[in-house]
Amino acid sequence: MNASDKLVRMANQIAVNLAAQGEAEAIAQTAEHIARFWEPRMKAGIFAADQAQLVPIARAAIARLMEEGRAA
Amino acid sequence: MTYEPQADFGTPARPGEATVTLTIDGRRVTVPEGTSVMRAAAQAGGKIPSLCATDSVEAFGSCRMCLVEIEGMRGLPASCTTPVREGLVVSTQTPRLERIRRGVMELYISDHPLDCLTCSANNDCELQDTAAQVGLRDVRYGYVGDNHLALPTDGSNPYFDFDPSKCIVCSRCVRACEEVQGTFALTIEGRGFGSKVSAGQRGDDFLGSECVSCGACVQACPTATLNEKAVKEIGKPERAVVTTCAYCGVGCTFRAEMRGEQLVRMVPWKDGKANRGHSCVKGRFAWGYANHADRVTRPMIRETIGEPWREVGWDEAIAFAAGRLRAIRQRHGARALGGITSSRCTNEEAFLVQKLVRGGFGSNNVDTCARVCHSPTGYGLSKAFGTSAGTQDFDSVEEADVILVIGANPTDGHPVFASRMKKRLRQGARLIVVDPRRTDLVRSPHVAADYHLALQPGTNVAVLTAMAHVIVTEGLADEAFIRERCDGDEYREWVRFVSDPRHSPETLEAVTQVPAADVRAAARLYATGGNGAIYYGLGVTEHAQGSSTVLAIANLAMVTGNIGRRGVGVNPLRGQNNVQGSCDMGSFPHELSGYRHISDATTRALFEAEWGVALDPEPGLRIPNMLDAAVEGSFRAIYIQGEDILQSDPDTRHVSAGLAAMECVIVHDLFLNETANYAHVFLPGSTFLEKTGTFTNAERRIQMVRRVMDPLNGYEDWQVTQLLANAMGLGWDYPDSSAIMDEIARLTPSFAGVSHARLDAEGSLQWPVNDKAPEGSPIMHVDGFVRGKGKFVVTEYIPTDERTGPRFPLLLTTGRILSQYNVGAQTRRTANVVWHDEDVLEIHPSDADNRGVKTGDWVRLASRAGETTLRALVTDRVAPGVVYTTFHHPLTQANVVTTDNSDWATNCPEYKVTAVQVAPSNGPSDWQRDYAAQADRARRIATVPAQ
Repeated sequence: MNASDKLVRMANQIAVNLAAQGEAEAIAQTAEHIARFWEPRMKAGIFAADQAQLVPIARAAIARLMEEGRAA
Repeated sequence: MTYEPQADFGTPARPGEATVTLTIDGRRVTVPEGTSVMRAAAQAGGKIPSLCATDSVEAFGSCRMCLVEIEGMRGLPASCTTPVREGLVVSTQTPRLERIRRGVMELYISDHPLDCLTCSANNDCELQDTAAQVGLRDVRYGYVGDNHLALPTDGSNPYFDFDPSKCIVCSRCVRACEEVQGTFALTIEGRGFGSKVSAGQRGDDFLGSECVSCGACVQACPTATLNEKAVKEIGKPERAVVTTCAYCGVGCTFRAEMRGEQLVRMVPWKDGKANRGHSCVKGRFAWGYANHADRVTRPMIRETIGEPWREVGWDEAIAFAAGRLRAIRQRHGARALGGITSSRCTNEEAFLVQKLVRGGFGSNNVDTCARVCHSPTGYGLSKAFGTSAGTQDFDSVEEADVILVIGANPTDGHPVFASRMKKRLRQGARLIVVDPRRTDLVRSPHVAADYHLALQPGTNVAVLTAMAHVIVTEGLADEAFIRERCDGDEYREWVRFVSDPRHSPETLEAVTQVPAADVRAAARLYATGGNGAIYYGLGVTEHAQGSSTVLAIANLAMVTGNIGRRGVGVNPLRGQNNVQGSCDMGSFPHELSGYRHISDATTRALFEAEWGVALDPEPGLRIPNMLDAAVEGSFRAIYIQGEDILQSDPDTRHVSAGLAAMECVIVHDLFLNETANYAHVFLPGSTFLEKTGTFTNAERRIQMVRRVMDPLNGYEDWQVTQLLANAMGLGWDYPDSSAIMDEIARLTPSFAGVSHARLDAEGSLQWPVNDKAPEGSPIMHVDGFVRGKGKFVVTEYIPTDERTGPRFPLLLTTGRILSQYNVGAQTRRTANVVWHDEDVLEIHPSDADNRGVKTGDWVRLASRAGETTLRALVTDRVAPGVVYTTFHHPLTQANVVTTDNSDWATNCPEYKVTAVQVAPSNGPSDWQRDYAAQADRARRIATVPAQ
């Protein structure tokens, strides 16, 4: 598994575990979790990854982070 | 300081407010109600002669030495078994008493070898002292006739001898084994004159018995009958220094008893608040690694890992390391550098390593071994309660009514605390064990779990949610507590979630494999049985849902109101001696000391002002992310203090690939560990006996570690870090480790009131220690949660991606054993190998039969990540479909098999669930042979004189 695939797996895992909070909350918490715990090159890596591989909550969270400019 | 034995008050203290005043030998004495006359006399400064009494065990009243006269009382009562009463008038020294005591003493001595001058206990023997105290001058009976003087010594235990010829059959050892340790290995065999202390069945020696070598019997023995071999070899100690054990997270305090610069023995300190005078085989005896021939004491460097090591002086090694670090930073930027702090080193040392990384290297790429053990605890408890630590002190277990142990094996991993827990269980507390394996706690002498929920590995969240379902749907929630202490909206949302029938024990039974009736009964017991205390370990955290499980545990404690007082709480049993401390000290890449996020500008400004550097506001890489980035090429250099990631971290092939890809690996350790095979710089480390600082144990207790001998390498570890920092141009000038603690206190609110001077004066302090809690905080969240309102978090059970199937039909879970510690770097270099000299694979008889495997056979253990071979142990301790092994030996390399799956929130590896296949094998695999050859090559040292 390459580095990008690992990041996708990690983001999806966070999203799936937070999904029970409800979609809106899960998106917000997934975005916040990545913002607070991921190092800049990991954030850059997930932004550059194939977004189609992300589950919807993770995809929306990453989109939000990119939109807010919380990149590396 | 001259050598003085620890004070012995004869019988245990009796806690309580009510007091009694009596008169002893004309002096008025006031003591707590229930105290023995013997103890009252001792507290008043007197010493009633005795042989069978010691204050670690209850009074026995057998030796007849401690008789006293009490006005108005007939006969001569034994002072050890006579409780004080208001107004008693006691005489401990009268001609009648003296005559009787001398007579009794004559009988003892008539069957005791008179070899005092050559005895290892000479001048440290209670029999000798008591004979002198009673004025024995003659033995009228002579020494002819039957006696025990020719009985042979049992020297089978590697650490102590049992010489029955010197035994006075006082039963102190037997009672210590029962009352203090709770193993019940010893007994008195035979009757009358034939009575003899025996380890188990007739004919068993100590090594072959159930004895766990905790040392309680040796400590309790009043003669040289049970005596340390080291005392025989070296002699009586001349001085004693109180320090803290460097093994598990219990944090036992010991007296390091010294003869010159030589350690004679480690004796548990009675005043230690974590261990209360008890010990285990590791802390008590397994310190021989400190002087092991494998210790590397001179720095070494090499250009590439293919070359042999070259011994150099400290200046050259430090300059070489700093030069490489600077060059890499110049070429690749600060984020190409990082470090790992050690959970085995002191708080001061961990603080300096993270300071070097953040302030010197210029990145936040710092992590610690908690990444692979309790990082989910930090995440989960911080979220639920507001503090990344357990809620109780160890004493709290004495008031627990229901003990829920989940994913922990305390009799092996935290043995001294397990003894205290078992004592409480023997007093009647109820026990629930949630574990796929039948640990010793499930059934051992005089302890039996009410419920053992032997769940399928990886289903902790499902079991805990099912328990919550029962509590909520059966109306067992503590609504008053929740109303007052927790967030109501979040609670209602959580109630809706857990009440759903899909979370009932009946529905989840198919997933967890735990009978629904048992889950219901366990939930009812925990919710209604009085004070409910949860203790958990790595069987909770080392899962893909480790953080969710911690949150689910917090939910259970809150919904039942089991938080904020003695006897209850959520108690993570931390693995290593200072894993709590290393986390407290800012070892995680996203937070500074005291668990404050690196993105917080106010906190950052505090550190920037103190350190005089600008800090990166972005979180750094965690250990697994560092290795990924190394393989990818963007992470180039690492400084690793006291951790062997190649052996301890999962997916060994990936770890070795990451290390091999780096340009500068600096290993700072006692031994050339497995990680050092990939290092360019080796900086010799110092043991806990060679340094001064502090450790923080699992109950947040900060305790002093005191230097008792000079470091073999010339420096304490914090001094080596300071050398490296100064070579990087940082200009540090800490004169001693207390100055580092002063800086920690200035920068960390929870440590604001901590200093070495205060710890010296008070023994220990439990953080937070600050203006709000000047005396420290034994119990957390007493009047409210640190975060404000307790937070219920919905925890959906998400099955791990690691699934069994036709190729890998079994689930592997890993753990530890009593005699070995972590990667075994220390304990493998002691006589503890007599109990465990290789990792073995536990496999259920039905799975073994299906594969034609017998105990002792070599088996191949294969997973999607890799394979290794080891010997099988067929046992029904594991359930069908589950296999278990330890990771103490490098040539087994259990972590070749574990995968890179990890906890969703923290990347804590999923050690506890790996799908595997087991098949008969002829012996070590090609990989193991190649690994051994590579390790041998990597450890070559060229014979070049040091500068």
